[in-house]
Amino acid sequence: MDTLLLSFVTFAPAIAASILLVVARGEDAAADLVAKRFALAATSFTFLVSLFILAQFDASKTGFQMVEEADWIMGLKYKMGVDGISILLVMLTTFMMPLVIAASWGVKTRVREYMIAFLFLETLMLGVFMALDLVLFYFFFEAGLIPMFLIIGIWGGAKRIYASFKFFLYTFLGSVLMLVAMVAMFAQAGTTDIPSLMIHQFAFETFSILGIQIVGGMQTLLFLAFFASFAVKMPMWPVHTWLPDAHVQAPTAGSVVLAAILLKMGGYGFLRFSLPMFPVGSEVMTEFVFWLSAIAIVYTSLVALVQDDMKKLIAYSSVAHMGYVTIGIFAVNQQGVDGAIFQMLSHGFISGALFLCVGVVYDRMHTREIVAYGGLVNNMPAYALIFMLFTMANVGLPGTSGFIGEFLTLVGIFQVNTWVAMVATSGVILSAAYALWLYRRVVMGDLIKESLRAMTDLTRQEKMIFAPLIIMTILLGVYPALVLDLTGPSVAALVENFHAVTAEAGLSNKIVASQ
Amino acid sequence: MLAKIILFAPLVGALIGGFGWRIVGEKGAQWITTGLLFFAAVLSWIVFLGLDASETQHLKILRWLESGTLSTDWSIRLDRLTAIMLIVVTTVSALVHLYSFGYMYHDPQWKEGECYKPRFFAYLSFFTFAMLMLVTSDNLLQMFFGWEGVGVASYLLIGFYYRKPSANAAAIKAFVVNRVGDFGFALGIFGLYYLTDSIRFDDIFAMTSELAEMQILFLWTDWNAANLLAFLLFIGAMGKSAQLFLHTWLPDAMEGPTPVSALIHAATMVTAGVFLVCRMSPLMEFAPQAMGFVTILGAFTAFFAATVGLVQNDIKRVIAYSTCSQLGYMFVAAGVGVYSVAMFHLFTHAFFKAMLFLGAGSVIHAMHHEQDMRNYGGLRKKIPYTFWAMMIGTLAITGVGIPLTHFGFAGFLSKDAVIESAWAGTDGGGAFWLLVVAALFTSFYSWRLMFMTFYGSPRGDQHTHDHAHESPIVMLAPLGVLALGAVFSGMIWYNSFFGDHKTVNAFFGIPNHHSEASSKTDHGDDDAAHGESAAKEDTIHSEMTNIGKVPQGAIFHHTDNHVLDEAHYAPKWVKVSPFIAMLIGFVTALWLYVWDKAAPARIAELNRPLYLFLLNKWYFDEIYDAIFVRPAKALGRILWKRGDGAIIDGTINGVSMRIIPFFVRLAGRAQSGYIFTYAFAMVIGIVVFISWMTFTVGAK
Repeated sequence: MDTLLLSFVTFAPAIAASILLVVARGEDAAADLVAKRFALAATSFTFLVSLFILAQFDASKTGFQMVEEADWIMGLKYKMGVDGISILLVMLTTFMMPLVIAASWGVKTRVREYMIAFLFLETLMLGVFMALDLVLFYFFFEAGLIPMFLIIGIWGGAKRIYASFKFFLYTFLGSVLMLVAMVAMFAQAGTTDIPSLMIHQFAFETFSILGIQIVGGMQTLLFLAFFASFAVKMPMWPVHTWLPDAHVQAPTAGSVVLAAILLKMGGYGFLRFSLPMFPVGSEVMTEFVFWLSAIAIVYTSLVALVQDDMKKLIAYSSVAHMGYVTIGIFAVNQQGVDGAIFQMLSHGFISGALFLCVGVVYDRMHTREIVAYGGLVNNMPAYALIFMLFTMANVGLPGTSGFIGEFLTLVGIFQVNTWVAMVATSGVILSAAYALWLYRRVVMGDLIKESLRAMTDLTRQEKMIFAPLIIMTILLGVYPALVLDLTGPSVAALVENFHAVTAEAGLSNKIVASQ
Repeated sequence: MLAKIILFAPLVGALIGGFGWRIVGEKGAQWITTGLLFFAAVLSWIVFLGLDASETQHLKILRWLESGTLSTDWSIRLDRLTAIMLIVVTTVSALVHLYSFGYMYHDPQWKEGECYKPRFFAYLSFFTFAMLMLVTSDNLLQMFFGWEGVGVASYLLIGFYYRKPSANAAAIKAFVVNRVGDFGFALGIFGLYYLTDSIRFDDIFAMTSELAEMQILFLWTDWNAANLLAFLLFIGAMGKSAQLFLHTWLPDAMEGPTPVSALIHAATMVTAGVFLVCRMSPLMEFAPQAMGFVTILGAFTAFFAATVGLVQNDIKRVIAYSTCSQLGYMFVAAGVGVYSVAMFHLFTHAFFKAMLFLGAGSVIHAMHHEQDMRNYGGLRKKIPYTFWAMMIGTLAITGVGIPLTHFGFAGFLSKDAVIESAWAGTDGGGAFWLLVVAALFTSFYSWRLMFMTFYGSPRGDQHTHDHAHESPIVMLAPLGVLALGAVFSGMIWYNSFFGDHKTVNAFFGIPNHHSEASSKTDHGDDDAAHGESAAKEDTIHSEMTNIGKVPQGAIFHHTDNHVLDEAHYAPKWVKVSPFIAMLIGFVTALWLYVWDKAAPARIAELNRPLYLFLLNKWYFDEIYDAIFVRPAKALGRILWKRGDGAIIDGTINGVSMRIIPFFVRLAGRAQSGYIFTYAFAMVIGIVVFISWMTFTVGAK
């Protein structure tokens, strides 16, 4: 049991999905309810079992733990494991999925298929965070696209086909480059084992192609190829435009998964591949990444300010918040990377909750237009309170988890580049502006519009879905040690290793001291 | 332990009031929040009076943020500064809670049967908790928690009447403008951590003398670390304390219920900036340029706000500008290095300004929520208790007392102390003169308020005047308590804050050996040469002993800082000048609003551009709207439509856009029932990719 725990958690949802494929056929409401209940049970079960992973995890160790290894098809290896960086993303995934299923209770069309898609998606996402083999990772990473593509394309809004293809093409084109890079890595290192690749030193001698000097050589090229994939997933400016469309068209639960978990794959990729495998390449491209992120924060915040669609606004806000993640990661110091991981988790809870908030009113009014609302506080006080809490968490109010992530990443970047730090910090002003402006237009004011009078406050079930998110947001804001104790040693090792290699390469000009 | 109870009592109250009111009832929620606050206030006085200032206490509550060397706990620092703020915050808050029983009893903003009171009391208690977190913090991060926490409470309370669009706008404005300040504050924290490797006050204080020698690369060039960081922190203070350029939110914040204005926007939250500067005195003392900036900005704010206050007609706005102006005074005192006097004015101001606001609230209550003073008049007879309360507040703020003695209302003693310090600290420079002129204006607008409200004949709606009634006892009792503070707090604590060096040091827990040299200068101006050489010796001495050591006491004076002593030896004309300014202001107000009532309109007509300039608050709002708000929105729109729409989507996927229609047709087919076949095809595709990779490369 103990050695197969990771695989068990990963594949439990897929097994459940397979069972659903066979049983619970039928189009009637009873069959739908069975499918919903089954999916909820399966994801809850997966979450409970995943707690064992957390319990067994030894936070003081830096390497991979609970590693499982087996031969797979065609001489490939199957290898899974977690470390301080991935375990929290695994937990985030298993934690969010039951909530996502519960939030889908109102789905009416093709319920069984819907649940199957989400269950498969969970397995694939968990696989991404646990895979310790390049090919396995690539499989999970790419296959995850399919259920998401279907979720948007089948259960989405009016322009779902456009959005799903935009989503698919962006992410897929990015990963084609990654695939090429993986082939090159295998050619050079002769292995697809991720832990081995992490200690393998890829060539970084400068060479020139077509008269262009490539500083950092092979590593820079590999970095860029992976970057293409992760940057789209993240998403970073300027390849972010698929995200608002995807969010707007996706069903509520799809948006929650997209924002809370799928976006984290980009950040995870940077931490798992870019920094440890191509430190020199990363170092060369640091400034570039910084500025893309800093621009993203200001640019998307400004764009968020003028949105008319609630989901679009939150989607742009997501891009801005992901900017802090990339800034923190590429600051490559303890606070920066700790902060980036923290921000990924926290953004999972907060943006997930915000999309649920939109879902609540969308279920009742079937519109996301901000102007259609106003004065909801009058008849939905509980909703107003919860929306307020997550609005404040989104603007990084101390005491909520949103603050810790932002603060740490900014502390991290300040030690490296004060210009970027200043531009990024200005995001706290803009985020307050767009978030409160949204809140004001939707919730505050008098209840003038006749159509809104019939809206009812949160149901018991809706409150139950929000409750865990509220608890996590505040708990991690008040006692972030829960997360930082887990990430600390792994991050310290990552940072130390990075600076050791770049210093050897004669490139590092960062302060190694701050750990 | 007491401190912990004080800190968490309001939080418990807020939670019970906010979430448990359905169980304890509307009245129960009010009583519990108020009761807990009175309890906390009593404990605070016990702590304050029994404090051993010479020893700074640290009480750890819980681990907080730990990442590498960045390590912070939730923890309390208890010293004189904390203790002063504890009594100010809890006392005013408790009284405001009590007052709100009456003021919020029947609020016309709400419909019959709506339950708004528990929410109001919960917000008030939550604010108090956040404010206490701010003042008890032993590190910058927890302070920042409180800092933003009071910002949220302020946002919630300004927007308490959520049906009013103006209240919502004001709430957002307050939060966003404060965020501009927080932006600077945050950068200051980052910088301090970067250089000192800690965000705990003790660690930072131990390194401030080194910071003075350090350079930090910030943006385009190297800066002196102490000056830059002090300046960045001060930007935070500017936002919270509504200093010039970041003051625009404070007058609008008057949209909130009046008890809120008294508690948050007069007595406590807005003084957080002053508290920050005093708390950071060990850093400020090594940052002369930043301090110069604090002084100048404080003086200008005092002057600017006073000029605007001259012509406002909304009773709350007059007092709001007056607050803004008085905060400027506090910053001047802090800026010239006399932190004790800054705290003194903060302390007395809390009493008389809370009193003025609550008095104004009582007037508004009596006048059925009419706030325009042009519709008041002759209210002295109708609401006599309120009149006397306002009178005491006015006597205090204008600084009435017997010149050259220590006998007078609270504002007389503390304001004169500020002005004398300004004279000494700037060698009789511009800041001093700005403050004296501001004192004249203060007196004018305060008396103008009194005359327009309570004297003359009733103006405006006759019906409202007929029904004007005195407020209930729950509203008058807090006024009575605050009146005690407004009359006596200056005289009682004068020596502690602005007495001779030894008394002040003892009060703030500063060890005396440190200031032996300074006390020598007490002998007089003729002894200055001797004092100077002694100061030099002391500097050398302290440089040897003080580096790396945490300075003891709640505030810190650089060995060269003798402003406190010099202020005592200010010439007589300096000491009398605020009194004379006060008299001139009083007589002018008397002339314009009692003797020759047609004069104000005539003067306004004669100087119309100037009048409009002041009436429109120097056009700050209009300017900001034109250069920040509208461009930001326009830029957002351009980036969205042009940037995301035309450029990014246009070029990056221009090609793929042509492919999409093809896929859409394909998907059309997939839609018709073959989704899973299609999905399966995709999986197969990926498997083919992988196999190709393994075979071609693996074959090597």
